[in-house]
Amino acid sequence: MPEVLDRNLAVSPSPLTPIPAIEVDERAGRRSLLGQIARLESELASLFCSTYPRQGFDWNVPSRGGPRLLSLGELERVRDDLASRLAENRHVLGDRTYVEERNRCRIEEMMLEPEKHKWVRVSNEDIGERGCKHWHVRPRFGVLGMLMSWWRVRISSGCPLAGGRGASP
Amino acid sequence: MTLDLELERGWIDRDLGEEFPELALRVVTVEAAPGRSPRAVKHRLRILSDRYTGGKAVNLRQEPIPWAYRVFFRQIGIDPDDRRTPAEEAALQRMKLGGFRSANVLDDALTIATVETGVAVMALDADRVEGPIGLRLSRAGERLGGGADGRTMSAQQIVIADAARALAVLFGDVADETGVNPPTKRMLLVAVQVKGVPEVSVEEALWTVAEVLASTTPPHPRA
Repeated sequence: MPEVLDRNLAVSPSPLTPIPAIEVDERAGRRSLLGQIARLESELASLFCSTYPRQGFDWNVPSRGGPRLLSLGELERVRDDLASRLAENRHVLGDRTYVEERNRCRIEEMMLEPEKHKWVRVSNEDIGERGCKHWHVRPRFGVLGMLMSWWRVRISSGCPLAGGRGASP
Repeated sequence: MTLDLELERGWIDRDLGEEFPELALRVVTVEAAPGRSPRAVKHRLRILSDRYTGGKAVNLRQEPIPWAYRVFFRQIGIDPDDRRTPAEEAALQRMKLGGFRSANVLDDALTIATVETGVAVMALDADRVEGPIGLRLSRAGERLGGGADGRTMSAQQIVIADAARALAVLFGDVADETGVNPPTKRMLLVAVQVKGVPEVSVEEALWTVAEVLASTTPPHPRA
């Protein structure tokens, strides 16, 4: 053991040779990330248009204090945020369209056998469409219809008319 | 009226040019003063409003040029749903207000150009700009406009600058002293071209702004 220690001392202290700085060419990586961001933004834009007029989606992808040149790490985070937002919204849209399909089937069933779906009301929003139209199973002739089991589907005529055009811009 | 415009190309800082090889600045100087919009321009805005439907506004981000700006916003660290691209901002105002509201001839001209082409155009006071303009990164502690009362920008922001100072943050604030003001006699129209925006659209945007401004300027201005 002492020899080992002595050997270190015996070595004449030579000036430390500096490790040459390694220059990493990030350009290829950056270019690839910029391309991925463009592709994800395109898919997100397409998904945005597909979801319309449904509400309740979160499209926010946090900004990075721009406009500036982002570092490689920041570009990766933008890419990851876009990818996770895209995956999340695709998942939510998948769930929504499943429920909407079920509601469409329900409308068909209501039309065929209204007496089995008493008071059920399905709106355009429930099937992922815009407008105020709704299908409502109601008794014909009020209380008499309820007693006699005369049920039917009433389809609303849509949204109320707008109040007017207002002042021209 | 025949317009004789000479479109110039702004310089791009080396770092920016390497990162975004297709980023470009197209510049043109026009003799025009700000003021109220003539009836013809207001009429043009109304026609544009009628052509602009909700469906078009929703699908805007899928159109090539607005999409190209959205992508560029993401790539430079801006959330385009937070700070909207010029075309989307115009669409949002159209939907909110029920039409494109006339403000003044310059703003109206910029709105018309942005809505028709999707290209981002801005205007500066040409007489307050020194030398050719271009895009560069801001320096540490640099003030917008160069004056003592300009706000201090964070370092490495992308700015539109002339030989002396930063004139505006890209897609952001314009320095008070270099923006278009009532005494302005000549305007510098600046269009930012990003990857995916064709040259012809940029030129069309600048021509549109110049043409609208020319419609209010007498052909032989008084000395």
